Amino acid sequence: MQTTNLLRTIRLTAWIAVAVCLTGAGIYFITARAPDIQRVIGGAAGIGGPFQLTAHTGQPVTERDLAGKPYAIFFGFTRCPDVCPTTLLDMTSRLEELQGDADKLRILFVSIDPERDSPEFLADYMKSFDKRITALTGTTAQVASIAKAYRVIYEKVPGGGRDYTMNHTATVYLFDAKGGFVSTIAYQENEKNQRAKLRRLIRLAG
Amino acid sequence: MYRIILRCAMLAAVALASFALPAFANEYQAGAIKISRPWTRLPPAAAKVAGGYMTLTNTGTVPDRLIGGTVVTAARFEIHEMSVNDGVMRMRQLDRGLEIKPGETVVLKPGAFHVMFLDLSAPLETGKKVKGTLVFEKSGTVEVEYKVEAAGATSSGQHSHGAPAAGSHSGAGSHANH
Repeated sequence: MQTTNLLRTIRLTAWIAVAVCLTGAGIYFITARAPDIQRVIGGAAGIGGPFQLTAHTGQPVTERDLAGKPYAIFFGFTRCPDVCPTTLLDMTSRLEELQGDADKLRILFVSIDPERDSPEFLADYMKSFDKRITALTGTTAQVASIAKAYRVIYEKVPGGGRDYTMNHTATVYLFDAKGGFVSTIAYQENEKNQRAKLRRLIRLAG
Repeated sequence: MYRIILRCAMLAAVALASFALPAFANEYQAGAIKISRPWTRLPPAAAKVAGGYMTLTNTGTVPDRLIGGTVVTAARFEIHEMSVNDGVMRMRQLDRGLEIKPGETVVLKPGAFHVMFLDLSAPLETGKKVKGTLVFEKSGTVEVEYKVEAAGATSSGQHSHGAPAAGSHSGAGSHANH
């Protein structure tokens, strides 16, 4: 009889211990994750905004020209050996895959090196990529303004002599037809994900 | 008679192999440093820069550094470190070059350490090779040839991950030349 009671006590204690552990883990998980979630949601509401830039075709482009179609936007420069041409090639391939649906979204590449990336130079550079991709540049102030609106980080890194290179955000931002932030495509995210995210963007637009 | 023919054939095969192998493997030696498969990839039209990639192995007993180099189609050559953290791409020139410790292999590849060809003076052509040099602090200067891979290639040689996509990319690239 006494043994049974002892066993019951041990079992009860063990269960209480498990419950305490689980609750603790739960609280830790929620509190540890909460700031992340908040940051993402808080940031999402604020990404994007008005801008004035010039396309590689010479046309002026503002946020009003983007209305009505979802868009993917990313930032870079033409003296970039890897990230920028890779993203432009990725987007070229994605547009080819989308075939007839390709004109249901816009793809924008914004130069964060306007001193060297003139619309004329971008026009030559963009010949290597899908014609439906628009490259944008502007004055240093105009580029600073759109970078701020899109929460993009960029900075000059001095190189040899007067030369410099650029550090910059390598993420592709996806927006719906009303200019609302939807999601991102990370640098080196696989092709399957890229495809799924662009397809979803088109679906959201109906 | 047969034996002589056989011996000749074997000699010929060995001679051929000795010529063919280094060219096929695209390997070079500068002192203690072994350089494997130097390559670059077709940059976009009008681009002023291209990345150079290779594998460097220090077979010696003292550390060495890649401190410079040249390529005939570019005015300048730099050695860079690149990383992507928290979605931000950062790139900087390595002022003191790239160290290769004894016994160590350092891979220069897209998205990581690379050499940079700046102010390209002539367009590169996929499949061709471009002559250049590499300069090491201790092992000195060696002549190499960089193989030009298709736009978007992620490695050089048969096992290129970008192979199917590269076809369409080079297609896009060649349109630009017209």
